Amino acid sequence: MTPKRRQRLLLVGLMLGGVSVAVALGVNAFRQNIMLFHSPTDVVAGAVQPGQPFRVGGMVVEGSVSRSNEDLAVKFELTDHGETIPVSFVGILPDLFREGQGIVAMGALNDSGTFSATEVLAKHDENYMPPEVAEALEKAGKMPGTAATFGSKTVMQP
Amino acid sequence: MFQWFHRFGSAPYLYRLAGRLAPWLGGLCLLSLVAGLYLGLVVAPADYEQGDSYRIIYIHVPAAWMSMFVYVVMATSSAVFLIWRLKMADVVALASAPIGAAFTAVALITGSFWGKPMWGTWWIWDARLTSELLLLFLYLGYLALRGALETPQSAARAAAILAVVGVVNIPIIHYSVEWWNTLHQPATITKLDKPSMHISMLRPLLLMVLAFQLLYFYNLMIRTRTLILEKEGRARWVAELAGGERD
Amino acid sequence: MPGGWPNLPEGSVTSLLEFFAMGGYAFYVWTSYALTAVLLVGIVGWSARQLKSTQQRTFRRARQPRGKS
Repeated sequence: MTPKRRQRLLLVGLMLGGVSVAVALGVNAFRQNIMLFHSPTDVVAGAVQPGQPFRVGGMVVEGSVSRSNEDLAVKFELTDHGETIPVSFVGILPDLFREGQGIVAMGALNDSGTFSATEVLAKHDENYMPPEVAEALEKAGKMPGTAATFGSKTVMQP
Repeated sequence: MFQWFHRFGSAPYLYRLAGRLAPWLGGLCLLSLVAGLYLGLVVAPADYEQGDSYRIIYIHVPAAWMSMFVYVVMATSSAVFLIWRLKMADVVALASAPIGAAFTAVALITGSFWGKPMWGTWWIWDARLTSELLLLFLYLGYLALRGALETPQSAARAAAILAVVGVVNIPIIHYSVEWWNTLHQPATITKLDKPSMHISMLRPLLLMVLAFQLLYFYNLMIRTRTLILEKEGRARWVAELAGGERD
Repeated sequence: MPGGWPNLPEGSVTSLLEFFAMGGYAFYVWTSYALTAVLLVGIVGWSARQLKSTQQRTFRRARQPRGKS
């Protein structure tokens, strides 16, 4: 390798290294903003003021969904297997919304501590299988759950 | 290693090699594409949760994978061009950019058409989607720079620098679903783990990944030949080629 | 299918319709596939045409005696 080429190699390496460090620092500084949602644990710990809009993500608690008979209102509980918060929503839910499913909701806390959602999005997991296989796994109690998706990634307190 | 390097750096060698490889790559691509589409759309069962909507995965995941793969090829050849001033490395980078941009656009569009019925939204500014959109802008920025600067040499160098620096975005796209809370689910196929997909659904996915990979290399051969001819149009070997066989 | 296509096995028309219906997700699935086809076939066709015209132009010029181009 000629000295000239070595110099250029060094230059390209330094450039890449410099940009990497800058991006890493920037991304780390805005860590909170890059997080799409807070966990119920964060919310209970008081990470967000009532009235302030934010997103919350968790699992819909089994057996907690109650629908209104007159309109599209729905109430359910959201958990990250640590804390649980009540959520209320009026509108059309995505096809994947069901008990035990992970969701991300946009909205704000009201004074009574209920999360009043303006939008509910379903979060699906990375598992794909035919219905028969899912049934068999369910029976054997070996169903890979979405729990890990929410349990492992609780947002740190600022 | 350096002999190999110089052989690939020679325009007539690369032109002929690309011409010889292209039909094979194109044919194999077509075969795996037909097999993958048949197995994925007809044979594979519906998903237990997402029904038939999950079949978008057979174009979404291969396109997303190729959008990153092509970028790494583009950034690597750009670095080789910057350091060794190898003209053919620049040709490979420039030939890759449009097809990389197309794969990125496909990943974003199909993701949107999958997100609407399953998540309930066409778009969300989560880390995965935002960094993939940034990738599209990197490709478009690279192509815009090639046309924007006065001399082709300075345009090539400026664009190569952009390509090299932009490679920082690739690990961000890949790890975004692990580093941050996102709506997008984590990877189904990882190197270390057993894929979390039933084999009847996984087989067509792997075939489609192969098909998209072959499509890229096929297209790369064609586009490389065009760029070489444009660059070397007045060279003696082109005249010899034109005098004898047409190809 | 009375008087229909006698060669088709029983139920094949329904299963074809079922295939196109994609379990109710026809719009999302087929639009995704169609747009992907447009983009990828488009870039392959564009590249092939570009190579052909560049070859014709370059070879025609290269066949002319030197100095006359």
